[in-house]
Amino acid sequence: MRHIISVLLENETGALSRVSGLFSQRGFNIESLTVAQTNDPGLSRMTIVSTGNDRVLEQIVKQLNKLIEVVKVSDLTSQDHVERELMLVKVCPTSKDELDIKQLVDIFSCKIVDVTEKTYTIEISGKTKKINAFLNALDSAIIMEVSRTGVTGISRGKKAILK
Amino acid sequence: MKSNGAQILINSLQSEEVEYIFGFPGGAVLHIYDALDTQDEIIHVLVRHEQGAAHAADGYARASGKPGVVLVTSGPGITNAVTGIATAHMDSIPMVVISGQVPSPLIGMDAFQEVDATGITRSCVKHNFLVRDINEIASTVKKAFHIATTGRPGPVVIDIPKDITIEQITPKSYPKEIEMRSYKPTVKASNRQIKKAAELILNSQRPIIYSGGGCVIGNASNELREFTRMSGFPITQTLMGLGAYPGSDELSLGMLGMHGTYESNMAMYGADCVIAIGARFDDRITGNLDKFCPNAKFIHVDIDPSQISKNVVADIPIVGQVKQVLEVLNEELKDKKLQDISKWWSQINSWREVDSLAYRKKSGVIKPQTVIETLYEVTKGEAIVTSDVGQHQMWAAQYYMFDEPRRWINSGGLGTMGFGLPAAMGAKLAMPEKDVACVTGEGSIQMMTQELSTMLQYSTPVKIINLNNGYLGMVRQWQEFFYDKRYAMSYMDALPDFVKLAESYGHMGILVEKEADLKPAMLEAFKQKERTVFVDIKTDPTENVFPMIPAGGAHCDMLLAGRDEMVSKDETDLNAV
Repeated sequence: MRHIISVLLENETGALSRVSGLFSQRGFNIESLTVAQTNDPGLSRMTIVSTGNDRVLEQIVKQLNKLIEVVKVSDLTSQDHVERELMLVKVCPTSKDELDIKQLVDIFSCKIVDVTEKTYTIEISGKTKKINAFLNALDSAIIMEVSRTGVTGISRGKKAILK
Repeated sequence: MKSNGAQILINSLQSEEVEYIFGFPGGAVLHIYDALDTQDEIIHVLVRHEQGAAHAADGYARASGKPGVVLVTSGPGITNAVTGIATAHMDSIPMVVISGQVPSPLIGMDAFQEVDATGITRSCVKHNFLVRDINEIASTVKKAFHIATTGRPGPVVIDIPKDITIEQITPKSYPKEIEMRSYKPTVKASNRQIKKAAELILNSQRPIIYSGGGCVIGNASNELREFTRMSGFPITQTLMGLGAYPGSDELSLGMLGMHGTYESNMAMYGADCVIAIGARFDDRITGNLDKFCPNAKFIHVDIDPSQISKNVVADIPIVGQVKQVLEVLNEELKDKKLQDISKWWSQINSWREVDSLAYRKKSGVIKPQTVIETLYEVTKGEAIVTSDVGQHQMWAAQYYMFDEPRRWINSGGLGTMGFGLPAAMGAKLAMPEKDVACVTGEGSIQMMTQELSTMLQYSTPVKIINLNNGYLGMVRQWQEFFYDKRYAMSYMDALPDFVKLAESYGHMGILVEKEADLKPAMLEAFKQKERTVFVDIKTDPTENVFPMIPAGGAHCDMLLAGRDEMVSKDETDLNAV
């Protein structure tokens, strides 16, 4: 089963490699990993998407908690949450594709953020499934490159990771 | 008055009441050595190889309960120490390793003797630090000792670039306490869980206590004794746990697992309640997990939450210090009526009658088991015994009855050959009044013989009991059983004359080739209070370690000595118990 794990950790050099090292060392799977500083400059927040059964997930959470720099670990999947991923995709449509692209951008409520004579760069955000659907809807022959952030997430309502 | 980084580091170590540093100098740590030289609170032990430094600090830590301290230079200094750090990590031994690093501006430039020390050690330490600022030296040392010694202990590496040791500041006083929001090791266990465990214990018909290294490291020997005696339950101990409960006591079934006794393994197989205390269900203990304790409910006490339900799902998990948990549990069970387990004991006693550690003597050869029994007799069971890794390690664990914790020192988790000799040196420094014996083999000892030189320099008289069978015995045993007797590379030609080797290092050597000479040789060795004595004993090259559960077997599938067929008592009717 797919899990979204939020990790709050000290913003120190080497902290990221401790986490990624833990996953490779123990054979845990990483689908995506995003990390950036939070409103507290001393803390980073990492969102990891992993797959595994309940026992694997229990070990992932326990092993993450064991890392000295980790302040808090939370499995977002087990609670009501919002998840988002952002993708930038650059396409080079022929003139007859252009209309299709504009329609797709409308349907998926995304944005064209850069246009040149021969290319469009499109920004789309949403759940992973939506992004996959958009990518599938595009003609693969016109896709020049794709850059995805991986999933980030946050719980809904009053609950916060540290409270 | 200003101090440089090196002086601040040494002052910090003094504040931590460090007695010994095991180390080896080099370019990146010259300032630190210079600062060490101007003080006499800390004694520096100059090893001959950095791996020896880590093992000696480890032996010191295991014997004393205090953290071991290592000082090495950058590059090969720290890479040589890695095996020793990993050994300590696997066995949860408190250790602080200080490694020099190339000057900060050179980091990442492939400088002379540069390696990424924090990167290389990351997966085999509890934590590591790269100090970037002279103002952080003292607080980093404080954190390192705090992390190494609390919770589940382990090694911590502090990597210090050379320029930081040269820089000068007016130092602040050493921090008395340290607060880390991200590190709060659980200390107090849930009373509700302990009550649940007590209830299960009170209702069990076929209980067994399975205790591990956590009872030694966690100084819970007294509480474990009280619990075992009060309950009258049988107890089996892991390789790492030996001595927490006296091995010669009637409630003790001996070691369990791959080379455990018949009664221990059969009792685990038949138990309805397994009380795991400071043990981690290692694969050498459980064998085939699908057939492990098929009828049991598990109570699992451990300070490290990640050990619980890792290999075996615990019915009643208790996260906490074993000492504190046992104190509360003992209180909870006081004056309560337990089930009558006399039938269970009579079943266990019938397994005991199999006498699984019995071995047949052969005329003309010395049996390795006899050597350990003689060592036990000569030292009256009171020596600190370190070992290397292999057959001799198993025989020492099986035939030397450890009645006190911290007397049996071996590399159980990583299985590091070469551990025994430097560990014995560290243990002797920690406990100078105790006899220390290093049980080893001709394969293992050759990985660390250079430390004989250190042992002369620092007068650490240790008795080396070399079970010399001319083979890498455990490898040979597996090849005999599982590789159709194709003995690939398990025989070593051109062995040194160990007596002369010992003598060349200024020690005493005794060669023993006949059983009649064994006891007199050992008596002579232990009479030499001030000298290291190397007792080289020619033992039976064909002897194997029994009982044995082949890898992946169940506890009831044991090979016993002198029997061709595997003994399977799977059919034992436990319901009748």
